[in-house]
Amino acid sequence: MLRYIGRRLLYMLLSLFLIITATFFLMRAAPGGPFSGEKKLPPEIEKNLNEYYGLDRPWYSQYFDYLVSVAKWDFGPSFKYKGQTVNDLISDGFPVSFFLGMEALLIAVSIGILLGIIAALNHNKWQDYGAMVFAVLGISVPSFIMASVLQYFLAIKLHLFPVARWESLQHTVLPALALAATPMAFIARLTRSSMLEVLSNDYIRTAKAKGLSRGQITVKHAIRNALLPVVTYLGPLSAGILTGSFVIEKIFGIPGLGSHFVLSISNRDYTVIMGVTVFYSILLLASVLLVDIAYGFIDPRIKLAGGKKGE
Amino acid sequence: MKKRLSLLFSLMLVLSLFLAACGGFSKKDDASDDKAGGKKSDVPQELRVNIKTEPFSLHPGLANDSVSGNVLRQTFEGLTTIKDGKPELAAAESYEVSDDLTTYTFKLRDAKWTNGDPVTAQDFEYAWKWALDPKNESQYAYQLYYIKNGQAYNEGKAKAEDVGVKALDEKTLQVTLEAPTPYFLELTAFYTYYPVNSKVAQQKPDWYKNAGPDYTSNGPFKMVTWEHNSKIVLEKNESYWDAKNVKLEKIDMAMVNDTNTELSMFNNGELDWAGMPTGQLPTDSLPQLKKEGKLHVQPIAGTYWYKFNTEKPPFNNVNIRKAFTYAIDRKAIVENVTKGEQIPAMAAVPPTMFPENEKGYFKDNDVEKAKEYLQKGLQELGLKDVKDLPPITLSYNTDDAHAKIAQAIQDMWKKNLGINVKLENAEWNVYIDKLHSGDYQIGRMGWLGDFNDPINFLELYRDKEGGNNDTNWENPKFKQLLIDSQKEADPEKRKQMLKDAEQILMDELPIAPIYFYTNTWVQKDNLKGVEVSGLGDVQFKWAYFE
Repeated sequence: MLRYIGRRLLYMLLSLFLIITATFFLMRAAPGGPFSGEKKLPPEIEKNLNEYYGLDRPWYSQYFDYLVSVAKWDFGPSFKYKGQTVNDLISDGFPVSFFLGMEALLIAVSIGILLGIIAALNHNKWQDYGAMVFAVLGISVPSFIMASVLQYFLAIKLHLFPVARWESLQHTVLPALALAATPMAFIARLTRSSMLEVLSNDYIRTAKAKGLSRGQITVKHAIRNALLPVVTYLGPLSAGILTGSFVIEKIFGIPGLGSHFVLSISNRDYTVIMGVTVFYSILLLASVLLVDIAYGFIDPRIKLAGGKKGE
Repeated sequence: MKKRLSLLFSLMLVLSLFLAACGGFSKKDDASDDKAGGKKSDVPQELRVNIKTEPFSLHPGLANDSVSGNVLRQTFEGLTTIKDGKPELAAAESYEVSDDLTTYTFKLRDAKWTNGDPVTAQDFEYAWKWALDPKNESQYAYQLYYIKNGQAYNEGKAKAEDVGVKALDEKTLQVTLEAPTPYFLELTAFYTYYPVNSKVAQQKPDWYKNAGPDYTSNGPFKMVTWEHNSKIVLEKNESYWDAKNVKLEKIDMAMVNDTNTELSMFNNGELDWAGMPTGQLPTDSLPQLKKEGKLHVQPIAGTYWYKFNTEKPPFNNVNIRKAFTYAIDRKAIVENVTKGEQIPAMAAVPPTMFPENEKGYFKDNDVEKAKEYLQKGLQELGLKDVKDLPPITLSYNTDDAHAKIAQAIQDMWKKNLGINVKLENAEWNVYIDKLHSGDYQIGRMGWLGDFNDPINFLELYRDKEGGNNDTNWENPKFKQLLIDSQKEADPEKRKQMLKDAEQILMDELPIAPIYFYTNTWVQKDNLKGVEVSGLGDVQFKWAYFE
């Protein structure tokens, strides 16, 4: 087990290195720079700025310096927000995105699984169709439309919640719902199909033959096996959802991390691009590893140490 | 193990349902509380606006964007301030100017910083030199190049002592200019010219990064909260010299960068002001808001224009440029595409500076003339037919609004001149790179005035190599007129010189003006006294709720 984790960590470092390298060079290949604006700077001022930020040095020296500072977890100053470092942006934005993401995950997982189970247990009955119509809507309605619809009905018409901003717990409800809609629908469908598959297995029939109640069968035997695909999906989902969504954060005016992913690129805010990419990659790689480990607990048939994983 | 897992899941379900239910109830109560509170209390003097994004920096010497400007204009005060379109004395009590218009001597009034320190002439000297110091990488340092040796010091060719700003004593500031600058009192209202508390700044170089005791300012409001990327809260500055005329107790500035949300928040009573200058309204909502009589419109100093690359055929020919410019139906664009009550532009300088420019120098949508000029141009280029013209591309940066305008104009050129123009869009940074390096034929651009003087628009095209020209156009007579206008002390004569220069620009047309910008917004009816200048800057100093 430990050896397995050790080896996985080594691969993670390698992937991270490749990601940093690719991002660094793609970023520099894009035209323009952090100081190009509608009003062009006098060349002397631009020269001063480039010297100050070390952008006038050859690419290899910038690249190696960058690798060293990433190793020290120091991503440098932001170009777009004077006086704030990328570390500041991450430590300010991540807790917000994390909180919102956890709330959304909780909604998505709990309601999604519940809907999926209800649908599977009532296969081809109205509950099933109802839940699946709900799920199809959730998957096919884009989050920005969902967000506007929620704002319109729950905030403007019913005055239940504020339209936007990040002030109190009430302010978090609408964005969390909007963020949760798609994964919730996806989880519902995943749960339903794998439940159906599991319910047709022999051991369920055995359990029934033994005279176990329907509730016991569902909870003890069916759900546990049916949740495997959901767990697989949860890994990348939580990495994505916990680092924030650009669209949701923009619409609700939330000071999270998600907006930095997109805006830093159009601003050519080099240090922020690199910082958030590295941060996201680490989260993603870690969550994938966690999911792989979690398999072993949920389904003892999957052995980690052998190195041949199910997925 | 099995039991524990299932227990966990059921607990999670129950918990989440419970949470959701609780959440719902408490919200209802709060919402009704809010509503009742808003109606009952007798007009709290608290203003809520949206400033869209995190400001670049709230250091006057570092700020270079409208968001920072909109905050700084409330918290700081320069020697002068703009009220009713004219500069008026603010931190300065009086001033004298030498006959050659190059030396200004300001007498400061007794004013205090938010921490109680007196505002001194040294604070101004310190702030201006700080911004010019090449070490401090100020992007707007060039706003101070009017000061003697300002540019030289910023380029490392002169010493700090050589810069033409000097505190003669605590309350007297002497400024020597590089050349006569008739609009210098407009400039001193701009944020790069604001003072900085030198005592605090020298001890705590990081004073400007967060709100707190170190963040000292000298304006009508002080910053009490700055949650990055989330909000800024200002409160009335009791130690401000003119505090008796400041009625607002608090300004809450949200950072919501979505036009639809901004309008929804206004409709839901979460904002008192939505739209420009601090925020923006969705274009689609403008006609409806206008119909309901809620929309406020104010022309501002800004021009939306297309630039011609005058070194690339066929736009090296002035008659071809004229044909393309005259064949645009600006009225149709303003009414059907942009819908923000913009003013069709047949001139370069906005009517806020030259009121007669509402008419302009040529007729809008003059198809007859356009066709004549086209024929003339084709002849001069030695071409028989429009089909012989090289392929023409119109470029703009990727944006819905620009795309719609470009499509409309593409259609007009096709219909009026029979010329097919290709459209090309690129992401902002890519686009600006192409434009600045001359890799385009026709390109979209806009200019918003930095200060309230026509020179700000005209000098863009003074030098071929000047930073923002992009058209590669240069005209010796035009250039001379602009240079001479700087030395002219008589405002009427100076204005005539600038008008003559604009006439040349409109005869040669390296640019095709499209429209003059307007500010559009909605506001609470009982909000009064908000000062939006001709440049589109906002000051809340005199604002109050009735």
